Order: sequence, then structure tokens, then C-alpha cells
Amino acid sequence: MNNFSYTRATDITSAVNEASREATAKFIAGGTNLIDLMKENVARPTRLIDINRVPLNRIEETKDGGLRLGALVTNADTAYNDQVEKRYPLLSRAILSGASAQLRNMATDGGNLLQRTRCYYFYDVATPCNKREPGTGCSAIEGFNRMHAVLGTSDQCIAVHPSDMCVALAALEAVVRVTGKNGDRAIPFSDFHRLPGDTPQIDTNLEADEIITSIDLPPKGFADHHAYLKVRDRHSYAFALVSVAAALEMDGNKIKGTRLALGGVAHKPWRSKEAEELLNGKAANSDNFQAVAETVMHGAKGFGHNTFKIDLAKRAIVRALKHAAQMEAPR
Amino acid sequence: MAAGAIMRVEQNTQANTQTVSLPSSTKITLTINGVRRELQVEPWTTLLDLLRLNLDLTGTKKGCDHGQCGACTVLVDGKRINSCMTLAIMKDGSEVMTIEGLAQNGALHPLQQAFIEHDAFQCGYCTPGQICSAIGLMREGHATTADEIRESMSGNICRCGAYPNILAAIQQAMAHRRNVDRVAGERSVNPIANERSVNP
Amino acid sequence: MTTNYIGQPISRVDGRAKVTGQAKYAGEYNVPNLAYGVVVSSAIAKGRIAEIDASAALGLKGVLQVFTHKNAPPTAKSDQSYWDEVAVPGSPFRPFKDDKLLFSGQPIALVVAESFELARYAASLVQVEYEPEAHATDLNQQRDKAYKPKPREGVAPPPPPRGNPDKAFANSAVQIDAEYSVPAEHHNPMEPFATTVIWEADGRLTVYDKTQGTPNSHQYVCNVFGLSPDDVHLLSPYVGGGFGSGLRPKYQLFLAVMAARGLKRSVRVTLTRQQMFTIGHRPRTLQRVALGAAKDGKLEALIHEALAETSQFEEYSEPVVQWSGELYKCENVKLDHALANLDINTPVDMRAPGATWGLYALESAMDELAYKLNMDPLELRLKNYAEKDFSNNKPFSSKELKECFRQGAERFGWSKRTPEPRSMRDGGKLVGWGLATGIWETTQLPAGAKAVLTAEGKLTVGSATADIGTGTYTIMTQIAAESLGLPIEDVTFTLGDSTLPRAPVEGGSFTAASVGSAVKQVCDKIREKLVTVAKAMPKSPLANAKSEEIAFADGRMMLTSGPSRYVSIKEVMRHGGLSSIAETADSTPDFEKQSKYSIHPHSAIFAEVKVDEDLGTIDVLRVVSAIAGGRILNPKTARSQIMGGIVWGIGMALEEESVIDQKFGRFMNHNLAEYHVPVNADVQNIDVIFVEEHDSIVNPLGIKGLGEIGIVGTGAAIGNAIFHATGVRVRDLPITLDKVFAGAAAARPVKLAPAA
Repeated sequence: MNNFSYTRATDITSAVNEASREATAKFIAGGTNLIDLMKENVARPTRLIDINRVPLNRIEETKDGGLRLGALVTNADTAYNDQVEKRYPLLSRAILSGASAQLRNMATDGGNLLQRTRCYYFYDVATPCNKREPGTGCSAIEGFNRMHAVLGTSDQCIAVHPSDMCVALAALEAVVRVTGKNGDRAIPFSDFHRLPGDTPQIDTNLEADEIITSIDLPPKGFADHHAYLKVRDRHSYAFALVSVAAALEMDGNKIKGTRLALGGVAHKPWRSKEAEELLNGKAANSDNFQAVAETVMHGAKGFGHNTFKIDLAKRAIVRALKHAAQMEAPR
Repeated sequence: MAAGAIMRVEQNTQANTQTVSLPSSTKITLTINGVRRELQVEPWTTLLDLLRLNLDLTGTKKGCDHGQCGACTVLVDGKRINSCMTLAIMKDGSEVMTIEGLAQNGALHPLQQAFIEHDAFQCGYCTPGQICSAIGLMREGHATTADEIRESMSGNICRCGAYPNILAAIQQAMAHRRNVDRVAGERSVNPIANERSVNP
Repeated sequence: MTTNYIGQPISRVDGRAKVTGQAKYAGEYNVPNLAYGVVVSSAIAKGRIAEIDASAALGLKGVLQVFTHKNAPPTAKSDQSYWDEVAVPGSPFRPFKDDKLLFSGQPIALVVAESFELARYAASLVQVEYEPEAHATDLNQQRDKAYKPKPREGVAPPPPPRGNPDKAFANSAVQIDAEYSVPAEHHNPMEPFATTVIWEADGRLTVYDKTQGTPNSHQYVCNVFGLSPDDVHLLSPYVGGGFGSGLRPKYQLFLAVMAARGLKRSVRVTLTRQQMFTIGHRPRTLQRVALGAAKDGKLEALIHEALAETSQFEEYSEPVVQWSGELYKCENVKLDHALANLDINTPVDMRAPGATWGLYALESAMDELAYKLNMDPLELRLKNYAEKDFSNNKPFSSKELKECFRQGAERFGWSKRTPEPRSMRDGGKLVGWGLATGIWETTQLPAGAKAVLTAEGKLTVGSATADIGTGTYTIMTQIAAESLGLPIEDVTFTLGDSTLPRAPVEGGSFTAASVGSAVKQVCDKIREKLVTVAKAMPKSPLANAKSEEIAFADGRMMLTSGPSRYVSIKEVMRHGGLSSIAETADSTPDFEKQSKYSIHPHSAIFAEVKVDEDLGTIDVLRVVSAIAGGRILNPKTARSQIMGGIVWGIGMALEEESVIDQKFGRFMNHNLAEYHVPVNADVQNIDVIFVEEHDSIVNPLGIKGLGEIGIVGTGAAIGNAIFHATGVRVRDLPITLDKVFAGAAAARPVKLAPAA
């Protein structure tokens, strides 16, 4: 871990000012990912700006009837919040399927969006990695890639975003509110994370001096028909091989609206509007769900160790949609 | 790799050569196991290293130093966290409870007693983290069934494989606590007093 | 009598220290003026170090030294000086010997600084230029370079073939011929390896080392650094898990001692979790098992061949195939074990080395044979039950395996199993029941102990053995307390100290038998002294008694025939004017008696799994393990030992795999997030049965040892249950969900019975 300076910010303006003065400064909140990366010499900030005392730690209703999650609310406090549990149970489920109780007590909602990939090569400074050191090459493409992406990859990077929470937020079409030197912005969730393309070192569309202030949930919470299915290599405390957030609007057995987001398969939570629209006005049944799964995974490409994810994702999509439609009870 | 080629692997290309001397440390205040302490810390010192190296509170263990095993679990302001993933300086003003602060006047906490009775450890290295985590679990109140406790304790790896005994110990301590609460409830209506009497 | 402790479920005597955080492990001795060493590890697998530039690190104020092969103080020159008690044939790894790189992660520099954080930072500034060479790290590609290893001390090579196995196999009515592949695994004890070296005022060293044998580490330090035994005091009172990883000295011991001597001050070196993947592992192994049977299930041929990896500098071999010749009655048997050299660190014994892999393959193949014969897997095993050890024609000293099968099957409800794969269901999931057999070896080695009984009746017994979580402290205290009839609170057992009488490394399940015998013997010597004094006391009730007619219990000595007349031990001490009695003893096994027998613990393991065939996910719902392990000293700690082994079996079957990237020759999942070991949610019901087994041959206490038998066979039982559930036979571990759901899709045509 490098030596660094430490500043404690108590309001947003001073936090942003601090950040804009030093290009290699970083905000720190929960620290569960940044300190990890600093110990591996992957992240090497020269200054940490501690934002834990910035008052962004509340959950409150928005004017449009949605819910605003302050960026510094912990994952645990979000998952167990009465309103979230009641109106956005999909989000609760997703959060609680990630990490451990201890980490969820530390990690913040804003930080969850900014966590970096778990790619073995990204984490190991002895190996080349375009995300860590642009231009050095991607070791995963021809290497060990069990955890890696099958959708939206580039020849520069096949890393996946590791979050569970973000998969639910993508399905819920949350809005990320940020502020920076150039004022406030609201970023639709689907535009927040990026695909690797030729710039795999850049994970999100957040500017260097910008800070997430809140994650706003729209009024529609899909509390009646939702499912979060996480498939992983052990029963707990493991990152997803594939995860699916499914949310349905139903009229009897007829589907009026569909939201489907996948984790563990791409550099960002994966949505396919085209696939979601397939279900509009259709009945909830295995064939229709299978068609959705095929459409979502159309064009998916495996790299050897991870090729099974293509088939697994299809199975998981069908299963999650069945759970959401209550065709079968989640197990 | 071609034989004879020279390969340079730079672990850290961004050495801050201008910071050749240690920057001055900062004074923080922590209340550790009920004792208020003023401490000089460097910004990069984790809470775990502060406890183990500076304060000789070695009951809190370092198993992975990356939030992947739970051996370093302590309670900060009543919540279980991984002290390895926390810079001490970030917790200025907080209350920290470690395994050393659990027994009161030599009397073991019911959970410690239950761990001994149920043989809920072998090598003992994950044990302080398991116990602190279980204290946190009991305070949170979200996990009650066996499956919920197993899930909620999955952030604490026990390589010796004592999991079924850890579960049994926690269940015993939870039952004990319900009894204490019930008895205390009959005597008094002050739930906060009960909380303190059970959880130091 | 209240002081009869052997066989009682006594809670661990070190329990209080462990639940209060008072138990101190090797890296936790914070002494004044301690310096901290951080290891720099090689990024490549093979080649040489062209240049190490430590100037940036050395430029930091507070960095004391950066040791490398270029400036390491000289140590012993000959390989022999580096051979430890359990070294394998070859040339042991010597840190900083020269510029050669033998494996990825090899230590190449040690940065020592005033603080841990500074050393860590400075280590990241050390710049290394490598001259790489092409490496070989894939066992599969070295099949044609396989060779027969030099014999390793304590590990008998496979016996020569018996009968005519190839011909018998070819002529068998029913045949199974399959290859099983198992991956490299890392021990990953929770405590990382650490050594604290305290530089004493007179230049002597007090060393706290994480080790499974203080005498072994002590001797290593003395030999390597040319020190006399009195110059080094090596201690290891608590060990945060070993599982074999601490049998041989680890490189942090060498580095910490080297640095302390070089700097003449106290130094600690602790490995990171990532570096825990550079200290040796359970070797990747490829196995072929061919079974030939008559239609009635009688085994007519058994062929078991293994190919395992080792390093370029040592020949590590482990007993993978031997068990196949001992477990079943078969006239035609061929066993073979070969090695191939790779550019990796030398493998290290890991919980039930060899047997874990061998029994996985053998017991999976037996299950495959049972299906091919259309025979119950339990019946097949009973059909071929060996009443003697056919590999050496010796009787078993005891073998209650049949009783393990009977009691295990009854507890598990085996008779309710429907034989066809995919025939049992629960809701939408497939249920499977599988079984396997386990076998390990019982060894007793020479061991010493000393004991001091005080006038107040307090007893301290010590031996330089270890307690790596196995319960050594507790069971030795029980043996000593019962031997002298003292309340257990009055007995203290000490271990993990090089000044105590020598004991073997703690491994191989031999500690209870070896050290237990020494403890019993030293206590018996004290008994004899007490008897002599007691008989001479005026009006002694024991005056005319023979030694064997005298019992010790409840702090008293009495006649076994009439316990109402007694003398207290304190009275005896007082009468004899004894302030204390001190004795030492060396216990030596009765090799001659033991050599006439084949001596093994056995087990029968029954597992139930539930499989989601769409997703491939597996729940291990129940494991029942029935153990024939001789006399059980403490059912509480014994159960924990077996339970731990079963949890390891679950990990081995479903999760554990150290994955090498062949391009880099480097284990890539070198952390606890990506190297999966079981977590609490993975483990459900575990039921351990200890079958009564009396054995007067193994050792006077009748102990067989329990550290390893719990894992042996468990992986196969789970794999067999998965086959029963799904019809999918996965022959390469771990059985991850991708292998299951892909296989399940192909396996569906198998005959389906009505849902249960």
C-alpha cells in the first residue's frame, strides 16, 4: 500500500473541491473494495478523501413517490430498511445475496456502484491487464476465465462487474444522482456503467471530480412479481457466476411489463430491452420465458472456462422469470 | 516467454519519491472495550493492525487481510465489521469492541461459554471473529432459524470445519438470551438495561 | 471414579484461552524494538533474476535492509543441512540461494523496516528484472515424462503386482476402466505462516514459529545457521491450523532468522494470504482405476495407477494407490505411482495425503462397478470384504468396518434407497444417496515426555508435540490425570517447546498414539515412585499390595479390591519428604509385535445430496460417517476431528481447486474469495458414529488416530450421491455446477422411476 494523505470532508462542496485539486485523489466511504485494491497495489491514490461524515446517509421519499437512497447509506441499512423491504424487495434480496454481513455493514450504496472487477489478473500486479495498465494486454481472454464475461466483451477486456445490488438497480431503472465541479447530473442506471471497449480502465461515466449523492428508485417497485436468483460456486460469500433480477407487471397470467437484468455476464449489469418486450401481452409460461432467454443471450461469446455461463444464464433467466411470475416458489 | 528476454515486472510504478519521510501521524480517539484512548495513527494503518500491532490486542486475527475470511471481525459502534478493510483514522470517535472486551470481570459471556461447551472451534484462530460476528448477528435480530444463522455466519470461515458446532453454540446463546430477557422482562420493563446486561 | 477421564467428552482445556483471545499465535508476540519483514515474491515461474533494484525501498527512512540472494548472510552449504524431519528425496528449497527461479511466488527479497506498513510499502518499490525461461506447469502435458520416484521415508512404495491383473481384467465379465482427475489444492489454514524471532541480550534466539513440530523447526534453524541447540529456543504453543502445511519448515522461518541475525534485532515475518499459495500444496494427480468383476460382484482384477506432480528439485510422493490393495479381497492387483517434474514448488502433505485422492478414485470406481453389476454398492463392498490384508498377507490388528457399514446404514436409512439413478426426488429437485469406504494408517512413533508432580499434588506434563486444533492439550491432560488419579484442574500439559522431550511432528494421525503412550509411560513412572513411598508408610493400607493391585483415583491411592482404604497422594508426598517427583520417559512402539499385523482405522461414509439439475447446484443435506478408529479418548474433540474431515470432504468434492494459468505458471485464484473452501451455509447435518473397536496391538492405549480418516472417502460418497441423484458421473474434481447441469442434460434418457 502506498503512502497517502488523508482528508476528512464534512460536506459535499469541500469533498468535490478536494477531489478536483488532486487528480490522483480518491473518495473513501466503506473502504471494502478500495483498501483491498490498495493493499494489492492495484489502486494507488495519493490522497484519500473520507466522505463518511458527509450527510448522505438517509433514505427518504422522493417527490414523485419513489425512494432516495443516500449514497452513504450502508448496504445492510438499505436491505433492512422498512420501505425497501416492503416496496423494493428485489433490491433487498439482491443486496443480501452479496458479500457477508460484515461487509454489508461497511459497504455503502454509492461505493457498491463503484466496485471494481474481481478478475484474477486485474488483482495480480504480476500479470498484464488492460484495465489496470492499459496497453499491456488482457490475460483473461486466453487464460483462466471462469468468472468472466460472455456479453459485451471487447478484445481489450472480458471482466465482469461483481455487484449484486447493481443488477437489481438496473432492473428497477434507478437513477444515479451525482454532483461535481460542473454541477448536478442525473444518470439513468443503464448509462452509469460502461462496456470495456477500447477503454477498459474506465468503469463508469462518472467524472473524476464527481461524487454520487444518491440513488433514486422510481415509484414502481415490482413488489408483487420479482425474483433475484444468484448462481455461484458455494452457498454464500461468493461472487455470482450468473445472477438474474427479474421483475414483472402481471394481469392475471398475462404479462404487462418486464424488467430483466443479469449479473456475472458482462462489464455492467446486462439489460436487453428487445428481449423484455417479447413478453409484452404474453402469457407467463416456460416457452415464452425460454424465448426471452434465447434473445438475451443471442450473440453471447464464451472464452473456454466461462462458456458454460451462456447456457447457465438461459436456465437462470427462465427460472427467475418463473419465480417472479410465481409459477413456482423460489427455493 | 522467449528465453533470454528481459521482463520487468513493476509492482508499483507510482512510488511517491517525494514522501521519503513518514508524514506526521494524526491524533484520533477510540473507545476500545470501554476504555477511551487517544492514539497517534498514520492514515494507512488499518483498525486491525492498530489493534494487533500498536495496542497488543492480538485476539483479533488477521487471516486474509482482504475481507475474505472474517477472522478480523470486531464490533464498531455495535456493528460487526471487518477491521482489516477499515482504516483506523476513519473510525475516529467510534466505540470498538474486540474479543478481549467480552468477558466481564473474568466471567465468560454466554456465547464464549457456549463455544467451549459445543467445541465450536479447533485451532481457535477464527474463533474471536466468529464470536464477535455472532454477537453482531444476535444484536441485528434478522437471523433466527438454523439456515438463517448459517447464512449470516458465512462471512466467517472456519477451516477446521466446526460449523455445525458454531451453529449449536449460537443457538444456545440465543436461547439463553431469550431466557434472560424473559426473566428480566418479568422484573423490569427496561429493555435497554437488559441489552446491557447481556451484551457487554 | 471422578478422575476417570479417558473416554469422557471433556471440553478443551485450552478453550478459555481461545474464546477470550488470550491464546497467542506465532505472529502475535509484540516485543520491544521489533522489526517487520515483508516478502517480495517472484512474478514468474522459471528463469533467473537479472537485477533487483532496492534503492527506492532503501531510500525510505525506517527501512533497515532489503535482503536478496546478493546480500543474504551465508548459511550452510550442503543440502543435508536443510533436510528436515519429513523432507522428501531431493534438494530442499533454499531461499535466496542464488538467482535461479524455481516456481512462481518464490521469495526473492525480504524488506525489513521499523513498521509493518513501511515494510509493506517499501516491498512494493523493489524493482525486479527477470530473465524468463519456458516453464512447464501442466501435468497433463508431462505424461510421457513420468518416472518412478525414489522411495520416501515413512511412505512404502506400492507393492509389486500380485496374480495376473492385466489378464484377469481382460477376462472379467464386468469391467470398469476410468480415469479420475483431481486438482491441486492448498491447505489454507486460517492463520498465515509467521515467525517472530526475538533477539535476546546475549545473542541467543527465542523463536515463535508456526509449525507442526517445534523439534523439526528447531533442528532446521540450528543446522542451517550453524547454531548450537542451546542458542535457539523455539516455541509454538498455539497453531492456527496446519493440515500438513506446517510439517516442514516454511520459508518465513528461514527469512526471519536470517534477518534477525543480520540486523541483530528482533524480526517478525508473516506471509500474506496470497503467499500462502506459494508454500506447497496437495498435488494435482491423474488416476486410472480398472476393476474387473464376476457377474456376482466378486472382484477379479484391480488396477490402480496414479501420476502426480512434483517440483524440479524434490520428489514428493504420497500413498495414493496402496489402499486399493488393502481394502478389498482380490487375487489380481496392480498398483503404480509415478511422478512428473514441473516448475512448481514441491507439494506438501495435506490431510490424509494420498489416501484422499486414492480413495476418491477407488470408491468412485467401485460405485460405477456396482451400477454396472446392478448391485447395491454396500453389498458389493461386503462381497469383497477383506478379512485380512491381502497386500502383505497379514491379519488386521482390528477391523470393525463391517460394523461401520451396519451402523452407518442403519442411521442413514440406506435400506430405503431406490437403486436407479434419478429415482429419488424432493419437490423439483433430485435426491441422491451415495456411500464410500475410508481407510487410513495407524502409526506409532517414538516420543518423549516429562512430568513433575508437586507436593501439593499438581502435575505438569510436557512433550514437544503440537496442538494444531486436534485437541492434543486436552487428551494428554486426560491421560495424565487419569493415570495418576488427579482432578483434571490439577494437571497441566505443555507442548510446542523445543526444550521439552522430543516428539514427532504432529501429522499422520500419530500424535495421540505416540505422545499419548509417552505421557502414560512417564505417569506410570511417577506411580511407581508413589507406590514405593506409600507402601513404606506406617499402617499403610497398601503395604502388601502389588503394584497392579493399586488404583489411583480422586487424588488418592487405594487397593482395587477395597477402595475404602486409601492414602492421599499429598500425604504420600509429605511422608516421603518429597517436594516434587520429576520423571522423563521415552516411549518406543513395540515394532516387533506391530509388524505382524496390518493396522488401520476404517470408515463408512453415507451422503445425501439434493441437486437442482437445471442449474447444477448441489446441497449436501446429510453425511453420516461411521468410524472404526480404536479407542476414543474424548468423544467431543474426536467428533470435531471427524466433522472437520467431512467438511474438508465437502470442499474437496464440490469447491476446492487451485487453478494454474499455464501461460504464467502461476496459481491465479490465490485468495479466499476465489479459492473456495466451505462456508457455514455449505454445511448441514453431519452425524458421526464411533463404532466400538478394541485393539491391543496398536499401542497400550488402543488408539488409532482420527485426524485424517474423516476426509478419506467423503469426496467419493458425495460424488456417488450426485451420480445417484442425476445419473451424471463427474470424474474430475471439484464437481462444480457447470459439470453437473451440462451432464444432466445429456443424462436424462436414463430410466426414470416414479418420483418418490
